[in-house]
Amino acid sequence: MSLPEGWEMVVGLEVHTELRTATKLFCGCANAFGAEPNTQTCPVCLGLPGSLPVLNRRAVELAMAIGLALHATVSPSTFHRKNYFYPDMPKDFQISQYDRPINAGGHLDLPDGSRVGIERAHLEEDTGKSTHLGGTGRIHGAERSLVDYNRAGVPLVEIVSAPDLRSSAQARAYAAELRGILMATGASDGRMEEGSMRIDANVSVHRVGEPFATRCELKNLNSLRSLQRAIDYEADRQYALVASGGVVRQETRHWDEDRGVTSTMRVKEEADDYRYFQEPDLVELDPAPAWVEAVRAGLGPMPAERRARLAALLGTPSPAQFDAVETVVDLGVDDHVDAAIAAGVEPDRAIARAANELAGDPHERAGLTPGAFAATLRLEQSGDLSATQAKTVLATLALSGGDPAAVARELGFERMASGELESLVDRLIAEHPEEWGRYREGDDKLAQFFTGQVMRATRGQADGKAVVEVLRARRG
Amino acid sequence: MNALEVAASVRAGATTAVEVVAECLERVATRNAELNVFIHLDAEGALASAARVDERVAAGASLPLAGVPVALKDNLCVRGQPTTAGSRILAGWRPPYDATVVGRLAGAGAVALGKANMDEFAMGSSTETSAYGPTRNPLDPTRVPGGSSGGSAAAVAAGMVPVALGSDTGGSIRQPAALCGLVGVKPTYGLVSRYGLIAFASSLDQIGPFAHTVAEAALVLEVIAGHDPLDTTSLPEPAPELSSHLDDGVAGRRVGLVRELVEGADPEVLDAVRRAAETLTRAGATVEEVSIPEIKLGLSAYYLIAPAEASSNLARYDGVRYGLRVDGPDVEAMNVATRTVGFGDEVKRRIMLGTYALSAGYYDAYYGQALKVRTRMIEAFARAYARVDTLLGATAPSVAFALGAKTQDPLAMYLSDVFTIPTNLAGEAAVSVPFGAGEGGLPIGVQLLGPARSEARLLAAARVLEAEGGR
Repeated sequence: MSLPEGWEMVVGLEVHTELRTATKLFCGCANAFGAEPNTQTCPVCLGLPGSLPVLNRRAVELAMAIGLALHATVSPSTFHRKNYFYPDMPKDFQISQYDRPINAGGHLDLPDGSRVGIERAHLEEDTGKSTHLGGTGRIHGAERSLVDYNRAGVPLVEIVSAPDLRSSAQARAYAAELRGILMATGASDGRMEEGSMRIDANVSVHRVGEPFATRCELKNLNSLRSLQRAIDYEADRQYALVASGGVVRQETRHWDEDRGVTSTMRVKEEADDYRYFQEPDLVELDPAPAWVEAVRAGLGPMPAERRARLAALLGTPSPAQFDAVETVVDLGVDDHVDAAIAAGVEPDRAIARAANELAGDPHERAGLTPGAFAATLRLEQSGDLSATQAKTVLATLALSGGDPAAVARELGFERMASGELESLVDRLIAEHPEEWGRYREGDDKLAQFFTGQVMRATRGQADGKAVVEVLRARRG
Repeated sequence: MNALEVAASVRAGATTAVEVVAECLERVATRNAELNVFIHLDAEGALASAARVDERVAAGASLPLAGVPVALKDNLCVRGQPTTAGSRILAGWRPPYDATVVGRLAGAGAVALGKANMDEFAMGSSTETSAYGPTRNPLDPTRVPGGSSGGSAAAVAAGMVPVALGSDTGGSIRQPAALCGLVGVKPTYGLVSRYGLIAFASSLDQIGPFAHTVAEAALVLEVIAGHDPLDTTSLPEPAPELSSHLDDGVAGRRVGLVRELVEGADPEVLDAVRRAAETLTRAGATVEEVSIPEIKLGLSAYYLIAPAEASSNLARYDGVRYGLRVDGPDVEAMNVATRTVGFGDEVKRRIMLGTYALSAGYYDAYYGQALKVRTRMIEAFARAYARVDTLLGATAPSVAFALGAKTQDPLAMYLSDVFTIPTNLAGEAAVSVPFGAGEGGLPIGVQLLGPARSEARLLAAARVLEAEGGR
């Protein structure tokens, strides 16, 4: 279902990203995911009486990097307290930024050419994490609640878009592009599944040309896919409500991924007077212009620029090739591609292999350096390795590192002499006269049959293209 | 017992820190039951610390406060020692860390005997809002010692310790110093680190010393002052030199006797301030009468700003992590039950005031307006300091009042701080020094005020008044 002609959805996203600092925003505790509960805490991030926050310089730097990458203005800013009671918030207030954020007024250009306004990107601290046991499994009605404060005080930047998005696909594209930018700045690892990037969506529907209508905020959007599905569901729900004479209530709604529906979490009337006031324990944050410029100068190329550069290497890329370019940039493996091209590998092969073989956790392919990647593709291009062999070598290098040629030898990937291949093909022709006959009569599909036989006989080490060449030569 | 003499004697080996501390502990044992000064005494720990001081002295360390016993207001965190801020809600809580000032005192050779009583979360002017019962004034046990640092003041006045630390948010050092006949210093905001001070109103709180003499107060302040990387609001500079300027005198100084800082004071207090002015004149200062009308706005601005900050600072006492927990059917009920039982009436009154002042729809009329008054106060003081370098007034409107006299009337209690609050709002420095006596021979304090970082000058002026003694 989609909205009828004349109607449109209006979407704005609030994206929280954890910053990749060594320590928390206001204390020296480690900022790392996955440690034993409550082992990365101190008086400050536990909010013990008498403790005081001290701002992390690196977090400020990364926040500025995000703002500058989004073409925002870095300004003198202040911190405020956002007051509300919640057990995973040690001080029962969150230190955030309010009327004077560090970054304001930027934009982000999407691959389709549309421009999305950025209202602000401000610094704040994360909360701890609650686990509710027994009963309903939510805070109300649980038998017991456990709190892990390791995450309390982890630095966050909240990036608030303008309500410029008009479809769920555009919202998804925005989130994906923003994720790429956050990773390119080094500020974030962009992992939605670990919660290091979290997205809330504000959705409303209206008749084109009329003022924006009441919006609902969607939470629990844990992947780009759920973001898109939730927005579509919510726009349809609101339209159906309005079309049947109902009124949309301003509220916070929870996305249920399994059931594919949103449901009321919190109605606006019950909520929330946060009693913001300026945090008296911190002073104004006024980065020196030279510092701002140093951060700007340190920014590497952003995803759009990197895609354009790689695409240019391909001349006029096909849609599949452009997908590979996007994947390379998403994975952040431009360096591997560049190394391969510098070693003489064709750009098409370098980009395709990087896109397909370098996915997954970068930590799990630490041995596959750009140099090793380049050398392997070089062996493939010169025919010393078949495509299948090259992929096996890449996978082996990823796990244990080493020299590609040596790894290939250890795997037993000797280049098959052409005479050897020819005699193998001849033997197979003799053993399968019927299939050979059909191939001779022009049924090219049988080439696959013979290639398969060769691969089985060589345990995948033969070069498929070379097999076909021999077959063609025999057919005459 | 004088801190300078104790330190000199311990350094010289004429006496030991252990002997000094033992003597003080005896005095505590004699009078604490009557006066309720220490709400936690760490006799064993103090003697052990004293023994370590003696070892350091024997090893050649030159410690400015060698063997000097001190009392710490109970809102200063001491590792492993009960620290309650005078509240039931923190009963049994032992901090895992030391306040910066506690570490600096220990480093200088001072020995903390324990935690001194205080108004709950420093909210009060008589030490009667403590969950652990009121403290009595050692000079007249039917009267209050002032507050909120009444326990610290009483500890010094009773001779239990030569010096003590308190905290001053709206007068909580200066007013009890005046009521107990002591010197009390409210340092410039940021001069002393607040790390480890349980917050009441963060933009106003400052830690400072109590002592019998200006010289002792100056020495303690030198030890605890100076930049602390753990407090972002601490001034980016080392501790000022104070002791070397004590005899600078006031010759050539311009002093303004502030009309609004004596208005409404008892006649005997007004008389003491006038005689202080004459003393300063005789010592070579020029004294003129000045008016700073904005001072009258201070009390109402303070009773919006301080409760607003307190409502946020005290939110963390929710029963989840430490201190008192009163269970309930769910988290919210537990929060409410804990806070209902754990906080006293005055604290609840201020949390409600502050919550209201910050609420949507009221912020501009109350908190926002108070911030504007605060700015006007700062500007008014700056104008005054363009003409004179020191201001003079009363510290408190009266001598120590009777226990219970104001507990039923919060506004009357709040008025005890009317002369001291403006300095906190401006973030500036002030000293209260005993000058003369009033009703029943009870001491009167006069207040010297100066701009930020004027402690050396204020203490030199206080020393001139101290020498005269108001007699």
